[in-house]
Amino acid sequence: MVKPLTESMVFSVPLILAGLGIAVGFRAGLFNIGAQGQIIVGAIVAAWLGFAFDLPPVVHLLVAILGGAIGGAVYGGIPGVLKARFGANEVIVTIMLNYIAVYLISFILRQPTFNPGRTGQRSPAVSADATYPLLIPEWLVPGNTFRLHWGFVVAVLATVFVWWLLERSTVGFEIRAVGANPKAARTAGMSVGRTTIITMVVAGALAGLAATGQVLGTEGSLTAGVAASYGFDAITVALLGRSRPWGTFFAGLLFGALKAGGFLMQSLTQTPIDIVLVVQSLIVLFIAAPPLVRTIFRLPAPSARPRSRRAVKEAAA
Amino acid sequence: MRRVLKLAALGAAASLALTACGEAPEDNDTGTTNNDSGAGATDDSAATDDGAAAGGAEDFQACMVSDSGGFDDQSFNQSGKEGLDAAAESLGIETTEVESQSDADYASNVQNLVSQGCDLTIGVGFLLEDAIQEAAEQNTDTNFALIDSAFSDENFEPVQLDNAKPILFNTAEASFLAGYLAAGMSETGTVATFGGIQLPSVAIFMDGFADGVDKYNEDNDAEVQLLGWDKEAQDGSFSGDFENQAQGQTLTDQFIAQGADVIMPVAGPVGLGAAAAASDEDGVKIVWVDSDGYLTASEYSDIMLTSVMKQIGPAVEDTIAQTYEGGFTNEPYVGTLENDGVGLAPYHDFEDAVAEKTAVGPDGEEMPLNEVIDAYEEQIISGELTIETPNAPQ
Repeated sequence: MVKPLTESMVFSVPLILAGLGIAVGFRAGLFNIGAQGQIIVGAIVAAWLGFAFDLPPVVHLLVAILGGAIGGAVYGGIPGVLKARFGANEVIVTIMLNYIAVYLISFILRQPTFNPGRTGQRSPAVSADATYPLLIPEWLVPGNTFRLHWGFVVAVLATVFVWWLLERSTVGFEIRAVGANPKAARTAGMSVGRTTIITMVVAGALAGLAATGQVLGTEGSLTAGVAASYGFDAITVALLGRSRPWGTFFAGLLFGALKAGGFLMQSLTQTPIDIVLVVQSLIVLFIAAPPLVRTIFRLPAPSARPRSRRAVKEAAA
Repeated sequence: MRRVLKLAALGAAASLALTACGEAPEDNDTGTTNNDSGAGATDDSAATDDGAAAGGAEDFQACMVSDSGGFDDQSFNQSGKEGLDAAAESLGIETTEVESQSDADYASNVQNLVSQGCDLTIGVGFLLEDAIQEAAEQNTDTNFALIDSAFSDENFEPVQLDNAKPILFNTAEASFLAGYLAAGMSETGTVATFGGIQLPSVAIFMDGFADGVDKYNEDNDAEVQLLGWDKEAQDGSFSGDFENQAQGQTLTDQFIAQGADVIMPVAGPVGLGAAAAASDEDGVKIVWVDSDGYLTASEYSDIMLTSVMKQIGPAVEDTIAQTYEGGFTNEPYVGTLENDGVGLAPYHDFEDAVAEKTAVGPDGEEMPLNEVIDAYEEQIISGELTIETPNAPQ
């Protein structure tokens, strides 16, 4: 009974982390489609640090995690800089960067360092020191086959961090202000460009962390399909979480459960796996429905909403 | 675009749901245990196993996991499933098949099937190697088979597992014939090929095709050029996955612009994009792979010159039958021209066109192209001619 629960948590790790990245972007009024590419670049860096170096146990893991985050941050920072400096639309830039990342990983996997087997499919395994330890060790529950690893703790910590960043820090206030109204924010003396770059760097770093859940956790090495479709699923997660840190966390858990459950439903009852996609799509539809219905029937928006929730809606629209 | 996709998926919701309802009752004896707690599969599997022991061999369950191409790829996943279905019919066994949506799904899908009590779990495709190997090492009491790849350890050295059988195909033999045919049929003197992902099981097609073109040039003093693959350097054009048909279309358009008029896409459903591009241009023909494209991709049958067939279905059926009868071996199955594991499909609509062409055959005499191809086929079967490729199954 416990194993399926832990499986849900395993699948939720990348969804929560990448979802947080998207959510931070939404709050600043940025529609970051590039989580997919940021995950891939984060994965490349984390995997490389994981298998190519020999460091002491705990340090190695921390270095690899940090490397993944930095890789994602740099790749997320590119559209941030382009937007701040040249006004390039972040939607288009991030989509194009996704393609670049996809071909980058297939190029990298054909290099001798990353692929001694020359099959272009899988890097050497990440060293044991650089992988997330299992969260439920053998001595606690003997004979368990749980795959749940410390990446889940990283996801919880990241959620707390994003909550602090958005709700308690000066930077977070600027992010929300820019998201609500960039012109007003500029008039108030905030640098919109700087905030855009910071937001994208943070979003990229979170997506990079999502990648570590894969390469340093469940997969244990770099594969061409390491990012699966997490970067896109994360958009749905952030939407369902209403761009709130804890909302995104629980939305990620739900989607992780849907994913983990989909496998069992398919093998046990022959339920088509696409049902999971249909359920997720319905969720998005219902989230988008209220504003749509209001527009069609020209209903007034419910008044007296907390100001920050408005910002999210505009960002997500 | 993704959102549009998701919305499109909605349309299929009703039919999918109905399918699910329809199949549930067939699960007779295991059905009740499953209904108690769908999530607790691991715990329930013990009960299922007991039932199997009591019921004897009739409860034999063969299972299959697709790669991310899905079972409707009109290519090798589909061929694999046809083999599974044929076995279900002829042996009266239970089968379960699960589709993977991404690389991250393989391990979970295989594990679920094993814990559900599958007696033989078949992974379709090179990409499932690690998932199948891991499961085979952990569950030594059940059997596994893997299509298109042998097993290797973490240093990429080949290993043999007692309970896992690789099902391999020396497709270079058949694609050599296709390459020769393509070179002979080309009006422009340029042919092309591209792959999905650079895997040994993909590159082997391209190696054989390249050798076939070279052989034609050698025999006929011709200078037919091959685009998209350099056998020496083992490098060429790849669409990047086995899903994106638009990418196949783009690549094919580029080849056509460079003058190619016979194109062999080795990329599963991506080939449909290539066929779409080819059908827009007069005189451009496609060499299909894996199954007979004239039949499986019938909307493009008028441009299918031939197909390099890989008889995955019969190989799967044989493996299941062997295992069912208790004769499972871990010895690799290698499909060749000799054992009909690979072969060239009929030319169908191009039958006359091929017969009208002439070429200098292996014995230095000019004869109809189809007879030259037949002569080379015999040479390969008799061992007189071997197709060398670094990607050949060991």
